[in-house]
Amino acid sequence: MSVASTKAKVAIIGSGNIGTDLMIKVMRTSQHLEMGAMVGIDPESDGLARARKFGFAATHEGVEGLIDLPEFDDIEIVFDATSAKAHVANAERLAPYGKRLIDLTPAAIGPYVIPAVNIDEHLDAPNVNMVTCGGQATIPIVAAVARVVPVAYGEIVASISSRSAGPGTRANIDEFTETTSGAIVQVGGAKRGKAIIILNPAEPPLIMRDTVYALVEGGSRSLDELTAEITESVEKMVGDVAAYVPGYRLKQKVQVQEIPADQPVETLLAEGETTRPTHQVSVFLEVEGAAHYLPAYAGNLDIMTSAALQMAERIAAAKEATK
Amino acid sequence: MSTPIYIQEVSLRDGMHAVRHRITPEDVKRIVIAADEAGVDAIEVAHGDGLTGGSVNYGPGSNSDWEWIEAAASVIKNARLTTLLLPGVGTIEDLRRAYDLGVRSVRVATHCTEADVSAQHIAAAREMGMDVSGFLMLNHMAPTEVVAQQAKLMESYGAHCVYITDSGGRLTMNDVRDRARAYRDVLNDETEIGIHAHENLSLSVANSVVAVENGVYRVDASLAGHGAGAGNCPIEAFIAVANLSDFKHNCDLFKLQDAADDIVRPLQDRPVRVDRETLTMGYAGVYSSFLRHAENASARYGVDTRDILMECGRRGLVGGQEDMIVDICLTKLAEQEATAGA
Repeated sequence: MSVASTKAKVAIIGSGNIGTDLMIKVMRTSQHLEMGAMVGIDPESDGLARARKFGFAATHEGVEGLIDLPEFDDIEIVFDATSAKAHVANAERLAPYGKRLIDLTPAAIGPYVIPAVNIDEHLDAPNVNMVTCGGQATIPIVAAVARVVPVAYGEIVASISSRSAGPGTRANIDEFTETTSGAIVQVGGAKRGKAIIILNPAEPPLIMRDTVYALVEGGSRSLDELTAEITESVEKMVGDVAAYVPGYRLKQKVQVQEIPADQPVETLLAEGETTRPTHQVSVFLEVEGAAHYLPAYAGNLDIMTSAALQMAERIAAAKEATK
Repeated sequence: MSTPIYIQEVSLRDGMHAVRHRITPEDVKRIVIAADEAGVDAIEVAHGDGLTGGSVNYGPGSNSDWEWIEAAASVIKNARLTTLLLPGVGTIEDLRRAYDLGVRSVRVATHCTEADVSAQHIAAAREMGMDVSGFLMLNHMAPTEVVAQQAKLMESYGAHCVYITDSGGRLTMNDVRDRARAYRDVLNDETEIGIHAHENLSLSVANSVVAVENGVYRVDASLAGHGAGAGNCPIEAFIAVANLSDFKHNCDLFKLQDAADDIVRPLQDRPVRVDRETLTMGYAGVYSSFLRHAENASARYGVDTRDILMECGRRGLVGGQEDMIVDICLTKLAEQEATAGA
């Protein structure tokens, strides 16, 4: 008989692209976690088939099926990679059991977590939300700019390959824009946020691209000083994110320019805001996936699951330390 | 026997690209009054990239969509007030706000292969009781059978009408004929078809006429062709041809001519016409709204506008990826530096 593992057991609800990629990451890269169960609603799904092949408990009966599994008691952390609507129901159903929930949908019941920015703030929250793929890629950059200068407005443009956007993403595109915009403000530190997502069907599929724009108040700095300070902060942040998403990189030099006097940026500011920003910062990013499940173009998948894994690792490590 | 058509005036939506989304609510009113009195069926009002398209990426508007829509609603009498929504940019909440201001018709726009992202928005607009169209952009980028199937999807979500949206001004007359027939073959009889043309290859009027001859009912046109790239189908020229072709409509040709020349053309700070840049857009099949962003980037980074546009086409960029224009410039500059240093 083997010695009982000290690793925390996890369940993944949602056997689509995100859930399956996450399962593979737990198996291959995790220090503090191990797979407990895979949960889907489609008995034919590829994710469930793979889970069974690897020898994990699996059910196609959703959250009810999970609760009925003999393995359920040992599960400490539950990842939810379904949809915002389904997560609300799942969270309610799981509430009595005291599991830690990591929400990869845009439901945002719990606080937003972007590991490179605020992972330590919500280690004890019963439910944390991982924002969106675009948010994970861009909000660290908004925060990196905001720790140098006030950000009046942060905007992100996430372009992903059509092939990497599953039916859940496609059916709920508004939730992407709304959740990401909210987190640009709450976690990124901008006074107002806007998020744009674009699906591109080009073949071969394009690697995920993200562009971050920030309208800032440069204060008394010269353009060169401002550019140098912001560049240093952004480059450091890119390194912090790349530590858990290896394919995350700055694609171009950070661009800082004065906002032309005739540019009507007032219409972009938060309501009641009257101070006109002085400079526009543009940051061009690329996210290449680790190709654990979908190929490398699907950086959007990789950054989301890597961020969720990072959060779960931290929770499990904190628990281990107190055992 | 005359063929009935429906004319939608788009200079206060697509035309926003031509003036970098800068127009006063007073000028919006002047255009709405003139187009309404000239007998158009519908007038579309929004930022060029649809509701809440105002952004760094697409250009901030001089005013909010709500200010422009309020201005239009305050003077419109006969025409239907309509707007545009791009899922991924604007949301259903934005659409509700437009509805509250009097908008009763909307076009939900997606890239020509991504119709399924519009399901939520088309259904919501139907629930509000609105007239709803699906708008399949950059239509030339997918084969005819593929876009026809995407049109069928939009119909299944509840669209009353689906458009052949030639955002790049890249379709030729045979292409338009084939697409109109393919849409007609797969769509239910009661579902209407629309054409949205651009003038980049100097074919917007011809393409719109061919479309009507092949079963299209709704035609987009704008005063003085005011629109992105080389502009849209110029309404005064199209109506002249429509009269000669026995199409049935309610527009007054001379009133449209007056509005085009006296009101709209003086607002343009860059001529809207076929020139080397806009022709290159049609030739390369680039989303027409990239024009002014590419020209700005060209001025800032010293890369020829046409080289930028050709690279946009080569990369297969779709509507909304304006951020890649600066990325292309920086990549080209880095390549030049590397060559110079070698």
